[in-house]
Amino acid sequence: MKKFICILTVCALLFTSAAIMSSCSSYDGEINVYNWGDYVAEGSDGNIDTIDKFEEEYNIKVNYTTYETNEELYNLLKSSNTSYDVIIPSDYMVEKLKTEGLLQKLDMKKIPNASDIMDNLKKPPYDLKGEYSVPYSWNVTGLVYNKKMVKNAPDSWKALWDKKLKGKILQFSNDRDAYAIAMQLCSVDPTNFDKKGVDKATVKLKEQKPLLKKYVMDQVFAEMEKDQAAVAPYYAGDIYTMMKNNENLVGVLPKEGSNLFVDAMCIPKNAENVEGAHKFINYMTRADISAANSKYITYASPVKSAKKLLPKKQRESNLVYPPDEYLEKCYTFRNVSDDTYAYMQEQFTKMISK
Amino acid sequence: MKLKRPSIPYIIWMVVFTMIPLLLILFSAFTDRNGTFSLEAFSKAFGYFDVFLRSLWIAFISTLICLILAYPIAYIMSRQKRNVQNALTMIIMIPMWMNFLLRIYAWLTLLQNGGPVDTMLSFLGIHTTLLGNQGAVILGMVYEYLPFMVLPLYSVMAKIDNGLIEAAEDLGSNKIKVMRKVVFPLSIPGIVSGITMVFVPSASTFLVAQYLGGVDDIMIGDVIDRIFWSDQNTGSAIALILMVAILIFLIILNFFGDEEAIAQ
Repeated sequence: MKKFICILTVCALLFTSAAIMSSCSSYDGEINVYNWGDYVAEGSDGNIDTIDKFEEEYNIKVNYTTYETNEELYNLLKSSNTSYDVIIPSDYMVEKLKTEGLLQKLDMKKIPNASDIMDNLKKPPYDLKGEYSVPYSWNVTGLVYNKKMVKNAPDSWKALWDKKLKGKILQFSNDRDAYAIAMQLCSVDPTNFDKKGVDKATVKLKEQKPLLKKYVMDQVFAEMEKDQAAVAPYYAGDIYTMMKNNENLVGVLPKEGSNLFVDAMCIPKNAENVEGAHKFINYMTRADISAANSKYITYASPVKSAKKLLPKKQRESNLVYPPDEYLEKCYTFRNVSDDTYAYMQEQFTKMISK
Repeated sequence: MKLKRPSIPYIIWMVVFTMIPLLLILFSAFTDRNGTFSLEAFSKAFGYFDVFLRSLWIAFISTLICLILAYPIAYIMSRQKRNVQNALTMIIMIPMWMNFLLRIYAWLTLLQNGGPVDTMLSFLGIHTTLLGNQGAVILGMVYEYLPFMVLPLYSVMAKIDNGLIEAAEDLGSNKIKVMRKVVFPLSIPGIVSGITMVFVPSASTFLVAQYLGGVDDIMIGDVIDRIFWSDQNTGSAIALILMVAILIFLIILNFFGDEEAIAQ
């Protein structure tokens, strides 16, 4: 019995001391970060865990949650009471949130690292003065094909309409990306279009539907890597990853140009820890941290000095860092009116469900 | 009627998480974006009528196949010794411990071009694409929902007293007659709840179709998911129509079975 009490006391002591220890190392504040799913270095494959490192360095606890689409982020910001301190929407969504007054101006003095951002991204079209956002990562859309299944190397989006590849073509199931490609081919401006432009592109997409194997997002990896489909459009950095897993795959930047997308860090108006949010944005813009994230997600880092910290193969890949001449042909999405966007979404859903 | 104390948390739960959301859907289905009364959402929703029919059709076929497969399985299970019964229930349950999506991925790997099934078939001289069609979707649905049919059937059949079957046999019924006159009528509550548990989720799910289906296999759940981001009114109207369709189906089913099974 005595022994039992002894063990019990020791256990109790251990527990309390553990509790004291953990309360000792308590943080000075916390921030809520809302980012894309699987979009930060998590410490796998010898990478550093950038979030853990931030918590250690700044002693600020990070509550990290993720979303799958810009619209999910938007709906949450609009309709829920949760306050986020840092969000990472894409280009057009930054513009939409800014226009609707959901973002606050950043205090650039507290983000000194932002001076190292690439020149073409410092004052991007969606945030002309560069006051509301600091780029987190960027990349372009591209084409991937399987050289065992496609004889003539494609160089244009037209390959996605190639009748010879019937049943082996994939298309984005995300309406914005699918429409952008179709619009490029019907000479509609994908950054600024109206319902007529949508209709034109819908016709083009309808033409494509009988040739398709599937509309995909993440499934594209399995389809392409396991030789199930011949050609697909996707984000070029992800194509770079696919090529590492299947040597028959080749990535191409279509000659028409493509969508240059930027995901940028912003602080919502109702953020609670604005100070901490600035620290976080500054930290994420530091060369070593940005390089670690870029290495993991295989999109390009917007931080100039981060590029040379990346593995040679990655920083020299045209898919991760497309050459400047190519970027001149690229466009970045802008916010279109709610009405037009709803119309586009409706037309796309109708088209794929017919 | 006097409320019993333990039911109060349950009622609060129901009101907050079932009634209020349903009312919100009802409200947004009958309004437009500005919140004024409008039937526009319904007229738009009927634009997806084909998808509706296709989803209900796939759900119906899957339920039927599940029933045909599950009925003998459940009967055989229920006539075993107690410990064998437990072991068999376990075998039916184990796949359900795995994530839904993982099981779908397993089928994807099995059925893809150059996958095990395809390779075997091409040895036999059959060259065909197994994925990306309605058959693959139905296969996936049947696989996913079969346990939901087996378990309610089994739990009802396990309660059928062996004495009843023996009595019928003693009185001169053959095996078929025993099935028809004794086992089947007693198992109806199980059939009803099994159908409910398979039909309802398979009419509204879209993951199976997204992974195993092709371009033409979009389900109504997928349409709701897509349309909801930009047009919550139409999304709600579609959801409402689907709910009403399922409700009507359950009411019809109700004529065949007892009420308790549906209340589950």
